[in-house]
Amino acid sequence: MPLLWAALWRKKARTIFTLLSIVVAFLLFGMLQGVNSAFDQAVERANVNRLITTSSVSLTESLPYGDMAQIEALPGVAGVAHASWFGPYYQDPKNMVFAFPVEPERYFPIYPELVLPKEQFDALVHTRTGAVIGADLARKYGWKIGDKVPLRSTIWTKPDGTSDWNFDIVGIYQVPSDRAQENAFLFNYSYFDEGRSFAKGTVGWYIVQVKDPTQSAQVAAAVDKLFANSPDETKTETEKEFQQAFIKQIGDINKIVTYILFAVFFALLFATGSTMMQSVRERVPELAVLKTLGYSDTGVLTLVLCESLLLCVLAALLGLGIACALFPQLKDTIGVVSMPLPVIVEGVVGAALLALVVGTFPAWKAKRLDIVEALRS
Amino acid sequence: MSAIVSLRNVVKTYTRGKQTVEVLHNLSLEIAQGDFVALMGPSGSGKTTLLNLIGGLDRPTSGEVSVAGERIDSLSSGQLAKWRARNVGFVFQFYNLMPMLTAERNVELPLLLTNLSGAQRRQNVQAALTVVGLADRAKHKPAELSGGQAQRVAIARALVADPTLLVCDEPTGDLDRATADDILHLLQMLNRDHGKTIVMVTHDPKAAEFASHQLHLDKGQLVEGDVKAAA
Repeated sequence: MPLLWAALWRKKARTIFTLLSIVVAFLLFGMLQGVNSAFDQAVERANVNRLITTSSVSLTESLPYGDMAQIEALPGVAGVAHASWFGPYYQDPKNMVFAFPVEPERYFPIYPELVLPKEQFDALVHTRTGAVIGADLARKYGWKIGDKVPLRSTIWTKPDGTSDWNFDIVGIYQVPSDRAQENAFLFNYSYFDEGRSFAKGTVGWYIVQVKDPTQSAQVAAAVDKLFANSPDETKTETEKEFQQAFIKQIGDINKIVTYILFAVFFALLFATGSTMMQSVRERVPELAVLKTLGYSDTGVLTLVLCESLLLCVLAALLGLGIACALFPQLKDTIGVVSMPLPVIVEGVVGAALLALVVGTFPAWKAKRLDIVEALRS
Repeated sequence: MSAIVSLRNVVKTYTRGKQTVEVLHNLSLEIAQGDFVALMGPSGSGKTTLLNLIGGLDRPTSGEVSVAGERIDSLSSGQLAKWRARNVGFVFQFYNLMPMLTAERNVELPLLLTNLSGAQRRQNVQAALTVVGLADRAKHKPAELSGGQAQRVAIARALVADPTLLVCDEPTGDLDRATADDILHLLQMLNRDHGKTIVMVTHDPKAAEFASHQLHLDKGQLVEGDVKAAA
C-alpha cells in the first residue's frame, strides 16, 4: 500500500488534475444518474390499482366534470377522484408549489398512503378555503396549521382579473412509505371551481381506482370507449404509464443521461489512460528494479492495476460523495431526498471498470518489461 | 571452498534488428562461496551481461548457469523472480532507489515479498541500515541524501533479505574517490564479516584492488585473472 500510494503521488500536480477530472466526471454521473434513477423510482412507486384518465389531445386539456359519474358506473371501477394543475408560486416565481384542487372525500380514499388525522380531514372538508399540505412543504416554508397562505396561480385568474388565491392551512399530511411525496398542496375543488373565471365545470384528470389490478387494461379500454367520438376523448393508462409519459415530456431522460455520460467517460478514458501510460513510461527503471528485487511479472502487473484502481475508485468516491451532498438540493425538482444507493454502487463499479480499461495496457507493458533492457535505458 | 557460481560453456547472443551479436563466447567460470570478485574489462566486453546471468536477470542462449546450488538457466520467469528474491542482492551504479519512498521504505521493498510481519520487517530494515551506518537517515528520501548515502541505502536494500550473493554493477561509478573508497570498504566488510559472496563489475582498477580476486573479460571471453576457469 505505501508503494502504491507513493507511486500515485510521484507527480503530485498530474495526479491532482487527473483526480479532479475523474471527480468531476463522477459528480456529473452521480447527479445525472441520480435524477434518472429518481424518475425511475417515481415510476416504480406508481400504484397498480390506479388508472389516470386525461384528455387524448393533451395533458393540459381539461375534461368535463360530468364524465366522472359515467366512469364511476363502469364495471370494475372501485372509485373515481380528480385533480387539476393549479400552477402557483409562493411570493416569488422561483417558489413553485405543487398545488392541486381536489374533492377530499374522493381523493384521500384513493390515496391511502397519504396519512392525515381525521379532524384535519374534516377541517378540510368543512373549510372552503382550507388546504392540507405535505410535511416536507410545511417544513420548507415554515407553514403550520392556522396559517393563512396566499398563492398566485400562473394559470387561473379570478373574475376580477387577479390570480391571487388565499388559503387556510388546516392539516399536514405525511407519507411514511415515501417522504418524497410530502410536498403537495391539496385544497378544495369547490373553492377553485367557483373562484376561477374560465373553464368552470372541468377537471385536469381523473384518477380511477380499479377493483382488480389484473383487469386494469380492460377498465382503461372501457373508459376510453365511453368517450370515443365525443368532443372530449380520453386516454386512460396505468399510473405507471402516466408517470413515464409525464417524465418523457421533459425528454427521454435515460437517453440524454446515457449520451452525456458516454461523452464524458469517453473523454475521461483518454485523459486517464494517457496519464497511466505516461506514469508507467516514466517509471520503467523503477519497475525494472522491482523485478530485479524479485517482484514477479504478475506482481508488477497487479501493482500497476491496483494503482489505476486506487486512483479511479478514490476519485469516484470523492465525486459521488459530493453528488450525495448536493443531491438533496434537487428535492424540490425531482422529489427525492437522498441519492439512490444503486447509483453509488453503479458509480463504484463503473470506476473499477474504468480503472481496468485504462490500467490494463500500461500494466501489460509493465508485465512485459525486460529487466536488462529497462535497466540499460 | 565450494563454488557458489558455476558457468559452463555459456553463450549469450543478442539480436539487434537483423543482426545477431554474440556477447559471451563459450564462457566457463566458477566463483567460490565467500569470494569477492572484481569483473573488469573494456566497454562492450560482456561484463554486465555476465553479471546479469549470474544475478538471474537474464538467461544464456546456451550453456549452464548454476548459482547457490541451483540451475537457474532453466527456470521460468516467475521461478527466477522468486529465486532472485531469496538469493541475490543487487547494487547499481545509479543506486536505483524509489525517489518517492524514504530510505527505510526502500530498504523494506525486498521484505514485502516475504511472510515477515510489519514489526519483523522494521527490525530487519533497522539492522540493515545500521550495518551500512545510516540508521539516522531512515526517514530521509533519496533526494535528501548524498550520493554515498544513497548507495549505502541501496546496499542496505541488497542486504536486508540476507542473500548469499551480492552483485554490484559499477557501484562506485557515480561517486568521488573518497566516497567510493568508503563504499568499497563497506563491501569488503560485508564480504569479510558477514560472509557475503560479492561479484562486482568495475572499470576502476583502484576499486578492483578491494576485491579478493580480479577477472578480466575481453570480447566476451575471459582473458586473464586469478579466478579459476572451469574445466
